[in-house]
Amino acid sequence: MSLLRAKDLGKAYRTYRSEWQRIGRWLGIKSAPREEHWVLQHINFEINAGEAIGIVGQNGAGKSTLLKMLTGTLQPTTGSVEVHGRIAAILELGMGFNPELTGRQNVYHAAGLMGFTTQQIDEVMAEIEAFAEVGEYFDQAVRTYSSGMQMRVAFAVATAKRPEILIVDEALSVGDSYFQHKSFDRIREFQDQGTTLLIVSHDRSSIQALCDRVLLIEGGTVIKDGAPEEVMDFYNAIISEKENATVQVHKLADGSVQTRSGSGEATIESLALYNELDAPIEFVSVGQPLSLKIKVSVNSPIPELVVGYMIKDRLGQPIYGTNTHHLDKKMGALEAGTQLEYVFKFDANIGVGSYSIAVALHTADTHLNANYEWRDLALVFNVINADKIPFIGSAWIQPTVECVQ
Amino acid sequence: MFGLLRGLYSYRSFIGTSIRNEFVSRFSRSSLGGLWMIINPLANVLIYALILSNVLAAKLPGIENKYAYALYLMAGTLAWSLFSEIINRCLTLFIENGNLMKKMRFPRITLPFIVLGSALLNNLLLLLSVLGVFICLGQWPTWQMLWAIPLIMVVAALAVGLGLILGVLNVFVRDIGQVIPIVLQILFWFTPIVYPINIIPEDLKSLIAWNPMYPIVTAYHDVFVYNVAPDFSQIGITVLITFLLLGFGLYIFRRAAPEMVDAL
Repeated sequence: MSLLRAKDLGKAYRTYRSEWQRIGRWLGIKSAPREEHWVLQHINFEINAGEAIGIVGQNGAGKSTLLKMLTGTLQPTTGSVEVHGRIAAILELGMGFNPELTGRQNVYHAAGLMGFTTQQIDEVMAEIEAFAEVGEYFDQAVRTYSSGMQMRVAFAVATAKRPEILIVDEALSVGDSYFQHKSFDRIREFQDQGTTLLIVSHDRSSIQALCDRVLLIEGGTVIKDGAPEEVMDFYNAIISEKENATVQVHKLADGSVQTRSGSGEATIESLALYNELDAPIEFVSVGQPLSLKIKVSVNSPIPELVVGYMIKDRLGQPIYGTNTHHLDKKMGALEAGTQLEYVFKFDANIGVGSYSIAVALHTADTHLNANYEWRDLALVFNVINADKIPFIGSAWIQPTVECVQ
Repeated sequence: MFGLLRGLYSYRSFIGTSIRNEFVSRFSRSSLGGLWMIINPLANVLIYALILSNVLAAKLPGIENKYAYALYLMAGTLAWSLFSEIINRCLTLFIENGNLMKKMRFPRITLPFIVLGSALLNNLLLLLSVLGVFICLGQWPTWQMLWAIPLIMVVAALAVGLGLILGVLNVFVRDIGQVIPIVLQILFWFTPIVYPINIIPEDLKSLIAWNPMYPIVTAYHDVFVYNVAPDFSQIGITVLITFLLLGFGLYIFRRAAPEMVDAL
C-alpha cells in the first residue's frame, strides 16, 4: 500500500481585479479571476513505505509549493494528496518558539502544535531532554540559548515520535558536527524502522548517497522520476541548457541511461581511453598510465573552447574532474570546420570498480556559461587490481610503513 | 463544522499551553507583568473620573453612592475592554501568525480560541479588581452581579464573530486593519460608557440604538451600578445579532481558510 499518493496535483495562484471580488466569491457572487498563475500542474506520484526520495529542481521550480501541499499547509487547486500516516517536516526548526519561555515550555508548545496532547508530551519529555543535550539550559528562557542549542531542542521535538513520512531539507544544518551526526543517525534509524524520507536538496552527492529514487521538478511538473544517477545527470544537463540546446537521453546497452545536452556549436566526434602502448583499453589496472583522447569538431564559429572531463564512480559520485581552463590550454576564437584532438594523460590511481567518464565542451571555467556539448557516461571502464597489494576504497594512496618497538 | 470542533478538541492541549504561555511571557522580565492589563483600563477610569465627574455626576439619578460616576465608568469599561481587546487581536491574528500557518499544519480555528481564552482571563482579572475597588468605594457585591457571567459570554461571542470576519478580510484587504481602530474609537463614544444616556439629544438616541454594544453596556450598568436585572428585550436583539455574526464569521473563515495561506 502506498503511504502517500499525489493525484493530478496542481496549484494556481489567482489574482483578481479587486480583492473584494475574491471575497464576493465566498458569498456566491460569481466573478472570474483576472489571472491564474499555475505554479504546479499534473503532479502524479506514489510513495511507498521505507523509500528515500530526493526532490530536486531549480529555484522557483515549485519544490516548496509541492512540499507545502504534501504537508497540508497549502490547499491544492486541483487533484488531491492522500496520506496514510503522520508527516513530520524538519524544514523550519524552531517555528513558533517563544524566546521568553523556557526550553521545556517551548517543547510543550511546539509539540502541541504538532497535535500531541499534554499527556503524550509528558511521556516523551525525558527523551527529548536527553536527546537535545542542552543541560540545565533546558529550564531557562530560550532567549539565552545559542542558535545551535535552539536547533537541538527544535530537532529533538520535531523527531520525538517516529513519523511515517519525514521531510528533510538537506541544507538544514543542525548545530555542530557532533549533533549533525547524531541527528542523521536518528533519521537513518527512522528509515530502518520504515519511515519514508523526502529529501530536498541541491547537492548531488548527498542525494546520491541517501536516496534510492529522485523526482525532478521543472517548470511546475515532475519531468523525471527514477534512479538517482539518471535523474541527477538529466538535472545537470538542464542546468546547463541554453537556448536551442537539446537534451537527449539514450538508453545504453547495459540498461543505464546516457544524457546528452548542448547547443551544438562544437561537438565531440570521438573519445577513447588508451594504455601506454596506445592501444584502446576497457580494463585498467590500478596505477596504470592512461591517455584519454577526445576529438572535437567545431561546427560554427565560437569565441572560446574549453574541454573538461569528469571520472565518476559506480554511484555517480565525482572522483576527479578538471578542464583545459584550469590546465591552461584553452583555445581562443575558432572557425567552423576546425578539428581538434585533446589528449589527457594521467595515471589511474583509483580503486577497484567500475567508472564512467563524462565530457563537456563549453566556455570559461564551468559548463554553466555556454554549453556546446555535455555527455554523461561517454565512456565506461573498469579498474582491476592486477599487481598492487590489496586495498579498499576509491583512491590509490600507497603508503610505506614503519613500525618501531 | 464537525471538523472544526474535532480540530479544536484534539488541539486542546495546544490551546491551553498557548494561553498559559502568553500569560507567563507577560509576567517575565517586568515586575508588574500581567497587572499592566488591569492598570491600563483602571487608569482610564481614573482619568475620566477626575476630569468629568463634576460635569456628569449630577446626571446619574438613582444612585446613593457619592462615587456613582466612578462606578458607572468601571462597569462600562469592563464590557468595552473585553470587546475591544478581542476585536483588536482578531484583526491582526492571521497576519501575525502567517508564518506559522504557512509552515505548520494545524487547525487554524485554534487561533481565535487562543485569543478568546486569554482575553477572558484578562477580563476575569479586571473584573476581580473592579469588584475590589467597588468594595473600597462602599458598593458591596449583590446577587444581581451574577448576571455578569452570561453578559460576558455575549460580549465575547459578539466580539469573536465580528473579529473573525474582520481578521479574515484583513488578510486580503489590509486597509481594514487601519480603519477598524478608528471605527472602534467612534463606536466607543457612541456607547454610553463615559456619559449617561440621558444627556444625548432625543433625535440622536435612535442612532445609538443601532449600536449592538449599547444594550450590553446598559445591562452592565443595571447589574453593577443599579443592582437590577438587565432588560432582556434589548439584550435579546444583541444576542440574535451575535449568533448571526458568529455564524457568518465561521462561514467566511471556512471559505477563506484555503486561500488565506496563498495571500499571506
